[in-house]
Amino acid sequence: MIALLVRDLRLAFRAGGGFGLGLAFFLIIAVLVPLGVGPEPEILARIAPGILWVGALLACLLSLDRIFALDYEDGSLDLLATAPVPMEGVVSVKALAHWLTTGLPLVLISPVLGLLLYLPPQAYGWLVLSLALGTPALSVIGTFGAALTVGLKRGGLLLSLLVLPLYIPTLVFGAEVVARGAQGLDVATPLALLAGITAGAVALLPFASALVIRINLR
Amino acid sequence: MPDLGRYALEVSLAYLASLGLIGALVLWYWLRGRSVRQQLDEVEKRRTGNG
Amino acid sequence: MASLWEYANPLKFMRTTDWLLPVVAVAAVVVTTIGLVWGFFFTPDDFRQGATVKIVFIHVPAAMMAINAWVMMLVASLVWLIRRHHVSALAAKAAAPIGLVMTLIGLITGAVWGQPMWGTWWAWDPRLTSFLILFLFYLGYIALWSAIDDPDTGADLTAVLCLVGSVFAVLSRYAALFWNQGLHQGASLSVAPGTRMDWAYKAPLYICMVGFGLIFVTLVLAGTRTEIRARRMKALVARERMA
Repeated sequence: MIALLVRDLRLAFRAGGGFGLGLAFFLIIAVLVPLGVGPEPEILARIAPGILWVGALLACLLSLDRIFALDYEDGSLDLLATAPVPMEGVVSVKALAHWLTTGLPLVLISPVLGLLLYLPPQAYGWLVLSLALGTPALSVIGTFGAALTVGLKRGGLLLSLLVLPLYIPTLVFGAEVVARGAQGLDVATPLALLAGITAGAVALLPFASALVIRINLR
Repeated sequence: MPDLGRYALEVSLAYLASLGLIGALVLWYWLRGRSVRQQLDEVEKRRTGNG
Repeated sequence: MASLWEYANPLKFMRTTDWLLPVVAVAAVVVTTIGLVWGFFFTPDDFRQGATVKIVFIHVPAAMMAINAWVMMLVASLVWLIRRHHVSALAAKAAAPIGLVMTLIGLITGAVWGQPMWGTWWAWDPRLTSFLILFLFYLGYIALWSAIDDPDTGADLTAVLCLVGSVFAVLSRYAALFWNQGLHQGASLSVAPGTRMDWAYKAPLYICMVGFGLIFVTLVLAGTRTEIRARRMKALVARERMA
């Protein structure tokens, strides 16, 4: 399983692997929004938590179809299915690899983009913390969506349609943490709910993803 | 026709839109059911004719 | 005593619905017509809402069926995953577009009612937001069904999506509640003492609810019959090609 993780990471970092695409996309959103909304600091500071969370979510979405597509095409997914590792483990590793190559860089770069959007100084800690807590859920939910659409020729758009509604709770609580943090309010409740969603998703969704992969390989 | 007062437009709009949507749904289910039934009859006939 | 599971046999299902479908269809038309005509022509205006109160006779039953349709799909999906009855999976498939349209009706009638009452077509109120999210879930479910060729794979995948989606739909409901405490009044019908609705409104409303329920049953039965036939046709055509 560790070998699988290393292999997935290596594939992602290789040219054409798509690493960095999500980051660039996140950056572009943070640049486009002020251009569209106008440069007033008050407005940007007000909407910054939401924009940063929506941007992170869309950047995550962008790379989801790569999770299984390549392995499905060259047949290594069939090999993995017959390998002596449980499919639940395989999908968990895939989600972890996706998070390491997409979610974690987003978390690390988010303070810089917060700067562009005049995020209030007291919110930076909450931004990083909420993204660090929330992006694993995005990766795991996204892996489930990718598993559902793995056999389809043009699954990309369908994948977005399936996954985005599932992202709603994470988005609401994640953005709420940052928004409350920016206003200096108590963030314990949304933070706990966000962590709860992530913990639940990480613990349970791999079973659904593995089940779906097995159905698709039948 | 009851006197709907100053909300006549809203109320009739809501009723018309809803009934229209339900009507469209019923029509769609009915047409699709009919076309599938006809196609199936055709296939069945072909099958008994050949066999 | 016949077991419920006998209806899982497609042939038995077709034979039963041969006579059941027309009965339910006629009942649906009669009951809904009575309810809506009563609601539209023979109810007094509310002293605050005026004639817009009449919208409730469509809005509430449609909203109720929008949720009930999803619950029915959830149960049917579970039955399919556990007992592998094809009729169950096909019934879930047939229910989805009805749920979608009911959600849309709930949203539209709500918007038309909200415009004069709240002064806005749309408000990001938890109930409204939850319904919009439910609409998205229906869209995804229907899109997944239509994207997959193999019927058994499609049934399996959509069933799993329905289960996972249900959990997230409930989570979204609480997220929306948390996110914005809203304008929308509480449930129109409540069993708690001191119900706010007069019997002059409640009677036609109950009739409309039954009517909408019957419409739903009629369409699900009709849609399931169509799906069973479509499946049989697919199998026959495939067999012809093999020969």
